[in-house]
Amino acid sequence: MPLADRALRLTTERLTARYGSVVGIRDVSLGFTANQVHALIGPSGCGKTTFLRCLNRMHEETPGGVAEGVVRLDGDDVYAPQVDLRMLRRRVGMVFQRPTVFPTMSIQENVAAGLRFNGKLGKAEVARKVGKALEAAGLWEEVKDRLRTSPTALSGGQQQRLCIARTIAPEPEVVLLDEPTSSLDPQGTQRIEELLFQLKQRFTIIIVTHNMQQAARVSDTTSFFYLGDLVESGPTRDLFTTPKEARTEAYVTGRFG
Amino acid sequence: MVGVLGLCAVLAVIPLLVILATLVVKGAGSINLDFFTRLPVPAGETGGGVAHAIVGTLMIVGGACLLGLPVGIAAGIFAAEWPASRLAIASRFIADVLNGTPSIVVGVFAWTWVVARQGHFSGFAGSVALAVLMIPMVMRTTEEMIKLVPHSLREAALALGFPRWKTSLVVMVRTCLPGIVTGSLLAVARIAGETAPLLFTALGSQYMNFDLRQPMAALPLVVFTYATGPYEEWHRLAWATALVLIIVVLILSLAARFATRRRFDASR
Repeated sequence: MPLADRALRLTTERLTARYGSVVGIRDVSLGFTANQVHALIGPSGCGKTTFLRCLNRMHEETPGGVAEGVVRLDGDDVYAPQVDLRMLRRRVGMVFQRPTVFPTMSIQENVAAGLRFNGKLGKAEVARKVGKALEAAGLWEEVKDRLRTSPTALSGGQQQRLCIARTIAPEPEVVLLDEPTSSLDPQGTQRIEELLFQLKQRFTIIIVTHNMQQAARVSDTTSFFYLGDLVESGPTRDLFTTPKEARTEAYVTGRFG
Repeated sequence: MVGVLGLCAVLAVIPLLVILATLVVKGAGSINLDFFTRLPVPAGETGGGVAHAIVGTLMIVGGACLLGLPVGIAAGIFAAEWPASRLAIASRFIADVLNGTPSIVVGVFAWTWVVARQGHFSGFAGSVALAVLMIPMVMRTTEEMIKLVPHSLREAALALGFPRWKTSLVVMVRTCLPGIVTGSLLAVARIAGETAPLLFTALGSQYMNFDLRQPMAALPLVVFTYATGPYEEWHRLAWATALVLIIVVLILSLAARFATRRRFDASR
């Protein structure tokens, strides 16, 4: 299906983010189509993560973090004053660089952590959703007999998949991943990359990665950030084979970064 | 170099060992069932115990915990959650000053606030004095323990849509709870041996008393009274009481150790 035929799930218009007086990203306008994997690449400190964190308003949790511009999720302005942050973050989930399992909760409780908002879900319903999320994260077979044990005994790759399960359990529309494999070994990385192909059937995925091969392998579109600017964005194959900008070409051919 | 450092390490523990040995030699002989269950006998007679002071210490320290722990822990959570706020910076500074304040000063203030106003000494006044000593210790350890919890856990909770209070209690405080318990136990151990603030407040008593509104005995006060008294029998009891006091503090410290150990087991 050509890109233009798909609905835009998430868009940004002239999004600028600051840390106090330091500008993190400048005037970034981007659109993300539904049910695809979108990669954000660029050298360290170029604003990829800052951009990502503006999409679920985690940027403002950083001291001094301010964002200007517009972010729309299915047409709704994410920064509108009446927006309920809890609802927004249920709709836009996030997975971090390092696994962030809650050490005092069991595996089951970790996955259920984001489900207990209204407190109205019955036990059976919670168990069903937890099972479904663990299945989708490719972790069910490995943990089904130890759901009530501590997640800290799991390997790094398993912990990261547990975090993915926790993020998708409330069934968000968009899943943000901030270098999710940078702390994992090649096997763990491969598992998560394979997972992305399945997850995009249900979710819109935006992944920040340092690893250009990873972007090339997993993503449908790629956006290249450099020094806080969005340099170029487009279908992944085009961006890697026939970049329009000299800076993009220099980066994807490994001349810097 | 290693030799000098090792020598200093030995020097550092020698006083403790000497104190323990002396207490055991002089006090252990007087410890028996009567010592724990009976009240003091009139001066000149032999025998008797310090049951009243054991009860008094438990009640005064218990009262101090009821007053001090909730305030100290809550203040610590506040300082950790809003670290850059003016109130946090000010209360952190004041807590550090209070931590270094001689306990007798706190006793004098408790006297003016409680004893002078009520017109009589009371166990409650002792609890207030000890709570005031306890709050800054508990506040600072709580704050430090919360700060040790990785920031990434807070972010993960917020990104899941947890409101701030829930992030703080369910994730941050829950994760470092064993550390907070340890800090609280150490604070209890520290105040359980305080004598000076009790002199002006709980005063001491020769009788069994379960009423915090009345003057009350406490183990450190018994040591003070008996050790400075003129009778050989009193000195004997003072040594035994001192031994009991140090054992209580030791048990609390060991309990604190145990709480910490469980934390490491759980996070393995």
